[in-house]
Amino acid sequence: MNIKSQKDFFAGLTYLVIGAAFAWGATTYSVGQGARMGPGYFPLMLGIVLALLGTVIGVKALVVDVPDGDKVSRWVWRPVFFIVAANIAFGVLLGGLPSIKLPACGLVAAIYALVLISAQAANTFKLKEVLILSTILAAGSYVVFILVLKLQIQVWPAFITG
Amino acid sequence: MDLISNLALGFGVAFTPINLLYAFMGCILGTLIGVLPGIGPVATIAMLLPATYALPPVSALIMLAGIYYGAQYGGSTTAILVNLPGESSSVVTCIDGYQMARQGRAGPALAAAGLGSFFAGCVGTLILAAFAAPLTELAFKFGPAEYFSLMILGLIGAVVLASGSLLKAIAMIVLGLLLGLVGTDVNSGVARFSFDIPELTDGIGFVVIAMGVFGYGEIIVNLAQPESNREVFTAKVQGLFPTKQDLKDMAPAVLRGTTLGSVLGILPGGGALLAAFAAYALEKKIKMKAGEVPFGKGNIRGVAGPESANNAGAQTSFIPLLTLGIPPNAVMALMVGAMTIHNIQPGPQVMTSNPQLFWGLIASMWIGNLMLVVLNLPLIGMWIKLLTVPYRYLFPAIVLFCAIGVYTTNNNTFDIWLVAAFGFIGYYFNKLGMEPAPLLLGFILGPMMEENLRRALLLSRGDWRVFVTRPLSAGLLVGAALLLVIVLLPSVKSKREEAFVED
Repeated sequence: MNIKSQKDFFAGLTYLVIGAAFAWGATTYSVGQGARMGPGYFPLMLGIVLALLGTVIGVKALVVDVPDGDKVSRWVWRPVFFIVAANIAFGVLLGGLPSIKLPACGLVAAIYALVLISAQAANTFKLKEVLILSTILAAGSYVVFILVLKLQIQVWPAFITG
Repeated sequence: MDLISNLALGFGVAFTPINLLYAFMGCILGTLIGVLPGIGPVATIAMLLPATYALPPVSALIMLAGIYYGAQYGGSTTAILVNLPGESSSVVTCIDGYQMARQGRAGPALAAAGLGSFFAGCVGTLILAAFAAPLTELAFKFGPAEYFSLMILGLIGAVVLASGSLLKAIAMIVLGLLLGLVGTDVNSGVARFSFDIPELTDGIGFVVIAMGVFGYGEIIVNLAQPESNREVFTAKVQGLFPTKQDLKDMAPAVLRGTTLGSVLGILPGGGALLAAFAAYALEKKIKMKAGEVPFGKGNIRGVAGPESANNAGAQTSFIPLLTLGIPPNAVMALMVGAMTIHNIQPGPQVMTSNPQLFWGLIASMWIGNLMLVVLNLPLIGMWIKLLTVPYRYLFPAIVLFCAIGVYTTNNNTFDIWLVAAFGFIGYYFNKLGMEPAPLLLGFILGPMMEENLRRALLLSRGDWRVFVTRPLSAGLLVGAALLLVIVLLPSVKSKREEAFVED
């Protein structure tokens, strides 16, 4: 059997799996009945609906012809990796990670890390430019978020400010 | 007269220097971000939401409303100048607006968009002020069954807006509803789908989903494309004002667009996007005068009509939000979030419990519109300069603002891990053609729907017929069914697909 629409087939599969997972998870809570719903009632209902929708979408993708096969275009992993990594580095530096005894390093360090890493998601990375950009962003964020909006964020590393 | 005294109260609130300042700041920020390609009002509001925490509620909402309008205006500016819709409702503006710009008539096109939007905004504000009170009366007749049916109608309405497959859009809504249920169940106190992670017992933050899927998702999608796909065009804009003939041509189009936009905005699920598409279709249907430029080749009506419609729709889409507490689209869903953050439960009681807030917001919308015209027409040259900022500087800044925004919502690093995950999910959605806007709407409505379903069935002792035996509820469900039928009709279906080809 041929997949007629690749996008729809995998989308349908995604809905089916997520719907089934939610429905299965909902059965671990008390479901109850219409007049006295338990916490599991609504999610069980929705989970089943989602799984059914996923099945219909998936089956339709096997049966109904679409021009050019509706192929899923090539995955480009570079931006995904660097954007996610930049984000994680930002969180780790800002909040610290007790499990590896890393103290919180504060906003400024986190901004430099985020900009340096995320900039590599594009293939036009130039170190000097990115350093200037991160300095501007760090200074700007300091003024906007700390001085003007007075948000409670640690700015400098904990081992400096004590 | 009530209307006058209410508006007077509103203008009294909105004309305080501090609120004028926030309206102004909101308009500037909104225009600024609306001009940036790839960042729509949803991402903008999500990003700037934390910045409003420290403000008093009235000022915060006034600023957010300013951002919303600003984004509408800014979006049309880039649509005309560089053929890049800054946000979805200016997609149709591209068709004729860019052609006009290429013929050196960018000035009249921008002026048509600006003046048309301003006129539509004024009318929209009046309609909002006039109809808010009667609609609120109606809202008090609403029981849980009616609310549940109304949400169904709203969600089905949202599906009409989604591009691509109808089934997939419905599935996205259901997925959103499910994600909205994560966290502690209010009735039983059971932590659902939280995997024993303490942060998840409060539920997933909607800022996290909005920024992950819209902000990060869009950046990843953009970067995955080769650089040549991001077209930039820096022609000189000369001759700002339209000729007499232009004004004569655009006036009726502005009127038609305003009417259509006002009506569609009120309907749940309508809003600016649908209004713009409908207005363009209408203008195309109207007979051409002799010697008029054909559509698609730079007809000024093709700019004025949709632009007025999307602004009128943007205005009136506040009606369901302010009177019923039902967000008609993703942007309004974010506004609900903003209100709850400030401890205001959106709904009919807002008008009586917070009259200052209610009428102040309405008055500030008109002020915002005025500011936008004043701001936009002379500053067009400056906005174009922004477009010359290379994307490689722009996107790390956007990532940074998203990350800071998410962190400051709860001062919690867990949200940062979550937003990274949703960024990838956003890319995944894009790859498989799964539209994320309905998901956000479902996410906001999830807990509300469950609560109203629960109450309705409790009152009816588990009898599902309650939804069709109560006339208001039955009427809303019939409306939802009609919408579905209309969308599924073959002729409308092909039109709808046609309209979204540009997306």
